[in-house]
Amino acid sequence: MRAFVIRRILTSIPAALGVVTLVFFMIHLAPGDPVEIMLGENAAPADKAAMTRQLKLDRPLAEQYFSFLRGVATFDLGESIHTKKGVAESIAERYGATLILTLASMLFALTLALPLGALAAVKKDTRWDRGAMLASLIGVSMPSFWLGPMLILAFAVELKWLPVAGADGWSSVILPAVTLGSAMSAILARLTRSAMIETLGEEYIITARAKGLSGFAVIFKHALGNALLPVVTIAGLQLGALLGGAIITETVFAWPGLGRLTIQAINARDYPLTQGCVLTIAISYLAVNLLTDIMYALIDPRVRLK
Amino acid sequence: MKALPMNLKIGVAVTAAFILIALCAPWIAPMSPVEQDLYGGLAGPGPDHILGQDRLGRDILSRIIFGARVSLFVGLVVTAISVTVGSFIGAVSGYAGGRVDDFMMRVCDVFLAFPGILLAIAIMAVIGPSVTNVMLALCVMGWTSYARLARGQALSLKEREFIKAAEALGASPLRIIFRHILPNIAAPMTVEATFGVASAIVAEAGLSFLGLGAQPPYPSLGSMMAEGRQFVLVAPHLIMFPGAVIMLVVMGVNFFGDGIRDWLDPKR
Repeated sequence: MRAFVIRRILTSIPAALGVVTLVFFMIHLAPGDPVEIMLGENAAPADKAAMTRQLKLDRPLAEQYFSFLRGVATFDLGESIHTKKGVAESIAERYGATLILTLASMLFALTLALPLGALAAVKKDTRWDRGAMLASLIGVSMPSFWLGPMLILAFAVELKWLPVAGADGWSSVILPAVTLGSAMSAILARLTRSAMIETLGEEYIITARAKGLSGFAVIFKHALGNALLPVVTIAGLQLGALLGGAIITETVFAWPGLGRLTIQAINARDYPLTQGCVLTIAISYLAVNLLTDIMYALIDPRVRLK
Repeated sequence: MKALPMNLKIGVAVTAAFILIALCAPWIAPMSPVEQDLYGGLAGPGPDHILGQDRLGRDILSRIIFGARVSLFVGLVVTAISVTVGSFIGAVSGYAGGRVDDFMMRVCDVFLAFPGILLAIAIMAVIGPSVTNVMLALCVMGWTSYARLARGQALSLKEREFIKAAEALGASPLRIIFRHILPNIAAPMTVEATFGVASAIVAEAGLSFLGLGAQPPYPSLGSMMAEGRQFVLVAPHLIMFPGAVIMLVVMGVNFFGDGIRDWLDPKR
């Protein structure tokens, strides 16, 4: 197991290094002078010179790169151009909100997907199956930037059950979590269905049925547990993907998380903060994927041996 | 000849209708998409404007019809470029194997380390919002999944006898890739590409929604929604109709992709 974990960590390092490199070069890809883009064309030359120095853009590229790498390793990502606050500090303040949102979305997705997928599998090729799969197709096709406002209109404006936006108490997480989790739920429902169908065809299930076990016991005691393994793995991997989707959802609901901070940084042309946010989301995604793989190997020994 | 599955029929009908509407926009749109009527600002659906008017009194139906053009154009161009680049890189990687394969897959890993549309957002943050830049950003983001798929296919194809025979006859690696591998992976790549069109349409709309895509007065479905977002409480039709169209189109394309996959599935 230890060898697997070490191997898996080692294979993540090149990707992480690649991400850091890409994010470093972001600022250099800007068409024109990045300092002028951030401060505006009419900024005083002294201000421009100060900003160039602050961002170390006057140093050789290699020096800039290694300084950036050092900064990433020590969580020193510079300071925001507009708020003058440390980038790492700004991100840390928002990270918790994004974490709550993604976990709540995943909880919603799994709660809906597992029974729906299991039902579709057990009632394969019936009206139930087709209905469940149609519902999941609709879920996948609904963009979050449409579903979000529609949920706001229905549950916040018309019914007044839930708050329109912001993060004030547990009720404010419901609509953003449903918005972010619905597409995920649709994907997981489809996956649960196919995993269940495969499991229901296994010999031990046929044996269980032949022994005279009730349909309920076969499905819940024998089939669902085994079918869940791939579903939970994909759910883990998708948890990281939710971090990407959170950018739009947080913008729709004015949720004070990392995604909204990213868009605020972009709109303010605050490159250090934008770089910090993008880097944090991508590295978190890699870390979640790494943890999921390790957890999977812990649960299923066959994975370690591959 | 196998009968066409129902989802394929629905998918073809919806997709064809969307393409037709996008292509014939100037002839079927009831009004100009940029013609303003400030007295009718934010007016709801009515006899003169079936889907209502936006903040500047522009006809929403006409803007949706023209916006469909931008969405379709972006979806098709991005997918075509991503599939072409991804298939070639994947085929080379899979066929060459060894260090070339290792290197290319590590590069893929880096691009895949950005969840969702984060990479496109990051690129747009730097190069600035415009339709052309959206396409560029989505291509940079999109080629990797095709490369992965093509590589997997190439890995299994290169062990097949007809490839071994071509190698024995002295065919160059490039000839094998272009004449034997790429034509043989076309079917799975096409299925993947149909889903890619849907993803690209949603991604374009998402970027425009965040203010990073098509800029006003250019009507794209996403930018219409971005404009309508601030009026969601007083004029929900501004956001409701363009979003519903996106959903319908994406559903149609997904039906189309599912249908093609079912139809090509030999087990059926």
